Amino acid sequence: MDVRAHMSMIFHLDKCIGCHTCSVACKNLWTDRKGAEYMWWNNVETRPGSGYPTGWEDQDHYRGGWKKGWVGVELKLHSRPKGLANLFYNPALPDLQDYYEPFTFRYEDLFTAPEGDDQPTAIPISAITGEPMNIESGPNWDDDLSGSAIYAANDPNWKDVPSEIQAQMAEIERVVFNYLPRICNHCLNPACVAACPSGAIYKRGEDGVVLVNEDKCRAWRMCVSACPYKKVYYNWSTGKSEKCILCFPRMETGQAPACAHSCVGRIRYMGVLLYDADSIQWGAEGNDEDLIDRQLEVILDPFDPDVIEAAKQSGLDDGWIDAAQKSPAYKFVKVWKMALPLHAEYRTMAMMFYVPPLSPVVSTIEEGLIRLDLPPEQVDFELFDNLEKARLPIKYLANLFAGGNEDLIRGILRKMLAVRIYKRRQSVEGEIDEATMNMVWSAGTTPEEIEEIYQLTTVPTIADRFVFPPYHREMAAESIYGDPLARKGETGVGYVMPPERGA
Amino acid sequence: MNWNTLLFVVFPYVALALAIVGTVYRVIRRPFTVSSLSSQLLEGRKLFWGSVPFHWGVVLILSAHLVALILPAGVEVWNRVPIRLYVLEITGLALALWALFGLGMLIYRRVSVSKIRAVTTRLDLLVLGLLLLQVITGILIATVYRFGSYWGTGVFVPYVQSLITLRPRPELIAPLPFILQFHASLFFVFLVAFPFSRLVHIITFPLHYLTRPFQLVKWLRRDRPVSSAREPVGAGRT
Repeated sequence: MDVRAHMSMIFHLDKCIGCHTCSVACKNLWTDRKGAEYMWWNNVETRPGSGYPTGWEDQDHYRGGWKKGWVGVELKLHSRPKGLANLFYNPALPDLQDYYEPFTFRYEDLFTAPEGDDQPTAIPISAITGEPMNIESGPNWDDDLSGSAIYAANDPNWKDVPSEIQAQMAEIERVVFNYLPRICNHCLNPACVAACPSGAIYKRGEDGVVLVNEDKCRAWRMCVSACPYKKVYYNWSTGKSEKCILCFPRMETGQAPACAHSCVGRIRYMGVLLYDADSIQWGAEGNDEDLIDRQLEVILDPFDPDVIEAAKQSGLDDGWIDAAQKSPAYKFVKVWKMALPLHAEYRTMAMMFYVPPLSPVVSTIEEGLIRLDLPPEQVDFELFDNLEKARLPIKYLANLFAGGNEDLIRGILRKMLAVRIYKRRQSVEGEIDEATMNMVWSAGTTPEEIEEIYQLTTVPTIADRFVFPPYHREMAAESIYGDPLARKGETGVGYVMPPERGA
Repeated sequence: MNWNTLLFVVFPYVALALAIVGTVYRVIRRPFTVSSLSSQLLEGRKLFWGSVPFHWGVVLILSAHLVALILPAGVEVWNRVPIRLYVLEITGLALALWALFGLGMLIYRRVSVSKIRAVTTRLDLLVLGLLLLQVITGILIATVYRFGSYWGTGVFVPYVQSLITLRPRPELIAPLPFILQFHASLFFVFLVAFPFSRLVHIITFPLHYLTRPFQLVKWLRRDRPVSSAREPVGAGRT
C-alpha cells in the first residue's frame, strides 16, 4: 500500500444555478492573456447540451481517455510509436472553431469616428489577427441552449436513452436544465500525462495536482487530444500547453481555488482524499460497470489504523491525516456515496466528484410525470417511488456520471430525496410519520446520516466546505534552498524570464 | 585565404560552434522558447497537406545523406547493380518532390491564412526561404548532375570526413559546379540559423517517449536532496 494524498473537489450540482461566477473568477485570475483568451480552465455547461469544446464527449471523434487493451489499459489516442509518427500532424486535435475564435471590439472607433448621422459602433475584431470578424461562436454560446434545440439534440449522452424519452425531453427542454461546471479532473490515471511525448506533464505527489512544465513542453499537443475532458489547452501565442492548476498557489496558503471560493451557490467542497497509488492500475482496468466501485476502493479510509500507519510511512504528516479525516470530499464520495466522477468509463479515474442533480420537484402538470391530484404529503413519495419518471432521465445522468449504471444514480437520488422529504416533514410538520421513516430506510440511510448530509449541504460554513491541510511549503523551501531567509522575496508565481514566443 | 577556404573551412567550423553553443545555451537557459510552435490549432487542413509530406520527405532524405556519410561503402555496394542505383535515385527524387510540394503548401499557408500570419515571425519566413532554396537546389542536382549517390561518396564524403577529423580538405569541393557548392554551404547556413530559429525543435524530437513510464509523479521534497551544508536559519545575519 502506497498511501498518497489528493486534493479533491465536490460539485453539488443540485445547488448549481449556472451563474458562471466560477468561470469568470478563473478567467480573471489565470487566462486573461494573449493566446489564452479562448481557454476556460473552468467552464459551466448547460445540460443537456453539447458542451465546450463542442461535443467533447464524443471520443470516437476526439479519441481521449483510455481503453482496455491486451494487457491493462492503453491510450485511445495512440500507441507510443504512432504518437511519434503523428507529431507532424495530430489527427485528433480539436480545431479552434470547436472552441471559438476569440474576439474583442474596436472600442477606439467610438471616439475616433468622424462626425456623421449614425452612432459609431465598436465592430468585433479577432483577438488573433486583429481583423474585423463575424462572430459565429463565443464563450457559453449555447448557454441555456440559446433557444435552439440543436445543442441538446447533439449531446452525446443520449446514448441508450429511449427515443420516446428523448422526444419528451425535446418538448420540455426549455424548462429542464442542469448545469455542469467543469475544471481539470486531476485524474489518478491521467491520459494527458501518458500521451505527452516530451514528458512535460506530471502529477504532484503531495496533492495530486496535474501540471504542465512549460519549459519542457514542445507543442506536440498530444495532451489536448488525449484528455477526454478537453481540459488541456494549447496557447497559440506562446506555443505551449496550459491547463487548470487547481490554484495550487492558493491551496498552498490555505485558500480555496478561485472557482470554488467565488461560488455563489456554494456548491463546491474541497478536501483531502487518501488513495493507494499501488492499486491505480487495477482501478483503471476493470470492466465498465466495475470502474466506480474500484475507484472507491482505491480511495482509502483515513480512520483505518493501517492506512494511517502507511500514510505516515510515505511521509504524510498529522496535518494531512487530520485534514483527510475532516474532509468533506471523503464524506460525499466514500461515506455517503453520493458523489461520482464524471464519465468513469474514460478510465482516467477523475478525482473531482459530482453529486447529481435532482429534477425540479413539482412545477408543471404533465401526463406521466408528477400527479398533482395527490394530496400534498404524498406528492413527495410519488417522485421517490417513480424516479424513472423524473424529468431528467435517470439514464441520461447515468451516462454522465456512472458509465451508464442507472442503479448508482437511482440510489443517490433516492438518498437526496429522503433528506429533502425527511427534513421538510421535520421542519414543517414537526414529526416524522411512519411512511417517512420507511422511505428513509428504503433509501438506505438513517436519520443521523440525514442530519449530517443536511448540515453539510444546506448550512455549511466556509471552514466546513474547504478543509485544507497545512502544506508547509516553508519546509519544502528550506529543503531546496537551505536558508529560506536567504531567498526571501524571490519565490512565488511568475517567470524568471518573460513567457515569450520563441522563434 | 581564398573564398574556398573561407566558405568550406572557416565557415563550417564557425557555424558548427555557433550551433552547438547557441543550442546548448537556449535549451538550458531559455527552455521556454524551445517549442515546435505548432499552429495546427489555428489551421489544420492545409497543415496536413504541408507538414506531413514536408517533414517525412525531409527526414527521409536527410537520413539518406547521413547514411551515405556514415556508410559510404554500403552505398557503393548497393549501387553496383544499375537497377538498384536507379531505384535509389528515383526514390530520392520522388521524396524531394514530395517534400517540395509540402514546403510549397506550408509557405502558401503561412502567407495566405491570416491567423497563421498573426503568429509568423520574420525568422519563420527566412527559414522557409532557406528550406525552399535547399530543396530546389537538391532537386536540381539530382536531375542535372545525376546519380549523386554514385559520385557523392567519392567527393562529399571525404570532404565531410576531413572536416570531422580536423584536417579540412576544401580542395575536394573547389572544382565542383557552383550549384553543388551552394547546396553544401547552405547546410552551414542552416547550422547558423539552427539555435536562433524554430529549427531548434529538431533536437527535441521525443524519442524517449518510446521507453518512459506512462505516468510521471513529482515530489517537491523527495526528489531534491536536502542540502547538507545548511546554515541555521538567520545565521550570520544582522
